[in-house]
Amino acid sequence: MQQDDIMEQLLLDLFSKYPAGKKEGLIPILQEIQEEKGSLTGEILTAVAQHLELPVNKVYGVAAFYNQFLFRPHGAFHIQVCDGTGCHLGGSVSLLTAVEKFLKIKAGNTSRDGQFSLEAVPCMGACDQSPVISINGERYPRINEEELRKIIGVIKEKKV
Amino acid sequence: MQFEIEVNDEHVIARRGETIKNVLDRIGVKVPTLCHINGFTPTGNCRLCVVEVDGLPGLVPSCSHPVEEWMKIRTHTPRVLKARKTLVELLLAGHPNDCLYCEKNGRCELQELSYEMQIRERKYQSRRIPVQIDKACPSIERDPAKCILCERCIRVCNEMIGVGAIEIIGRGSESRIGTTYNKGLNTNACVKCGQCITVCPTGALIEKTAIHTVLEALNNPRLYPVVQFSPTLPAAIAEEFNLKSTKDVLNIVRAAMKKMGFRQVFDISMAADLTLMEEAAEIAERIRTQEGLPFFTSCCPSWVRYVEELKPVYLSSLSTTRSPQQIMGRMIKQYITTSAGQKAEDVFVVSAMPCTAKKEEAGKDFIKDTQVPFVDAVLTNREIIKLIHLMGIDFSFLEPEPEDSAFSIRSSSGKLFGMAGGHLEGLIRTLHFQMTGQEMNPLKIQDLRGLKTRKEARIKIGKQIINVVSVSGLAHAKHLLEEIEAGRREIHIVEVMACPYGCLNGGGQRQGADEKSLKSRMKILYDIDEEEIIKAAHKNPTITGLYENFLGKPNNDRDREFLHVSRVARQEK
Repeated sequence: MQQDDIMEQLLLDLFSKYPAGKKEGLIPILQEIQEEKGSLTGEILTAVAQHLELPVNKVYGVAAFYNQFLFRPHGAFHIQVCDGTGCHLGGSVSLLTAVEKFLKIKAGNTSRDGQFSLEAVPCMGACDQSPVISINGERYPRINEEELRKIIGVIKEKKV
Repeated sequence: MQFEIEVNDEHVIARRGETIKNVLDRIGVKVPTLCHINGFTPTGNCRLCVVEVDGLPGLVPSCSHPVEEWMKIRTHTPRVLKARKTLVELLLAGHPNDCLYCEKNGRCELQELSYEMQIRERKYQSRRIPVQIDKACPSIERDPAKCILCERCIRVCNEMIGVGAIEIIGRGSESRIGTTYNKGLNTNACVKCGQCITVCPTGALIEKTAIHTVLEALNNPRLYPVVQFSPTLPAAIAEEFNLKSTKDVLNIVRAAMKKMGFRQVFDISMAADLTLMEEAAEIAERIRTQEGLPFFTSCCPSWVRYVEELKPVYLSSLSTTRSPQQIMGRMIKQYITTSAGQKAEDVFVVSAMPCTAKKEEAGKDFIKDTQVPFVDAVLTNREIIKLIHLMGIDFSFLEPEPEDSAFSIRSSSGKLFGMAGGHLEGLIRTLHFQMTGQEMNPLKIQDLRGLKTRKEARIKIGKQIINVVSVSGLAHAKHLLEEIEAGRREIHIVEVMACPYGCLNGGGQRQGADEKSLKSRMKILYDIDEEEIIKAAHKNPTITGLYENFLGKPNNDRDREFLHVSRVARQEK
């Protein structure tokens, strides 16, 4: 109930900031909700669509285009494996498969207990450190499969 | 501004602001396209219309490239042909190899191009992402595997229907046409009009077929199958089988239906007359009390769904009268149970409609005490034509079958339902009589005729001026609603048809109809009106008889279940 109230307040604030029926407000609104809530749900998309007088599918289509918008929240530990050109050549694909096996989730998904989420991202801009991964924003340079297993093992121990 | 350009070494006149394709179309140079639709935003998605322009480094898509003074264009050079062939080969790379089992087999634009370009083998093979066929919707089936991402459906849905039920989801090689959270078309905002089906170049969008159900019913000895057909069917059949569109077509169609095994054949136009009587009474009441104006017609199920889903504030302005299809179904069941001694559940009513939304509408109404649906199955005009082929009906051997069933007397007003503006014309004839007790003279309202998506007229009834508007294409209805919201108050009656120009261009009609065939379909219906003796619903003796013996007065309480419906809003979640 409380959660709903917070959400409603957030939407009300946003809707007074971005005028109704003006579609240029779409991406900023979605960004603020994403920032605040961590993901976009069906009810939110419908509310935003109604405010901006757009079809719900249009809103979903725009959100689905960008990696920054999530339809399910990230896990407590969000692992990003860089798959830019440099890291790709440096073996990012086998890293990614290793993590997938290790955590039993596919790239783009969140584990059922909400602990881990995994994502393959385009270039992180750290090609000198390839292959590189990032866990909750902290970067791990020149990593190999063995080290990665170790790091994840440590995190698994201190599970929140 | 006009100027001269060169196309394949010939000098031709072009106008500023035109695209290259506009010029090519005008001079009869055909370039293929899988994504362009005339009158819609050009996107250049499929790139099959590419041409060579002297001085430009690459090939340019003619559908979206503006024409310029200096241009020398070549449309069928070896370079262009090779590019087009490769493009089709690439489209086929991820396409399922199941043409033989595809609904569109023989009428598929992709298949035609593949044939034209002499493609004899699968040159490229791409990874296929497993996708689910959306089968749950009662009107439309969507198979994303056959989709080539031309986006025609999206443009029609956005620009003509104004609903946006489908959208491009995802990015790059992962992008596909889909819906929010991959929900089916039955639960999202889709109004089931089927306009997307009429533009889809492949078999990705097709109607949910009822042919099997109908065939089973025809062969089930327990059942008493009957068919009711819409005013658009004779023209559709005449087009398909190259028959002369004379009055006799109707009787030949009737004979064909009987041959297929339908016990009785009904013309829905009679029920349209009933709809008109009820609506006119509703309007007269609303004009008297000045409440619930403007009055919106409700015979188009896509429009009704649109209001329920997206504009529920207008629910109380909608007519409560049932659509002709539903009234006819109900009347037929009542009539046959009493006259032919059949049980209501054994009477199988099939309707032949130019419409996919009618399939959904048929699932809405059930007779109170028996829980039997008013209408059991709906076939689109495309399907009924298919059934005629399947049953081996040869029109050259058919004797025209005279009208013999009950309800066969109908006014020509009922026939005019087939096109935008026609419903209004018929409605005003009866409204005039109900309000003044006199016949309207002249009957014809020129302002409401012609191939336009918005038609307005001011009509004098007695001392009053009645303002009426006909809009077709839901996006245009949306604009009208905006005008009303902005303060336009003088309108009394609005007729809305979801499909542009009305049912004659419905989602269940033959694909890719051009302006010429739309005009000829329109002419057939106006010609019937011209020749008919009974031109208004209230002059139809069957109707007056029904009211005298059975229904009472129009828009009273006794006939509620038969003729009226209560409406509820629904909201996309």
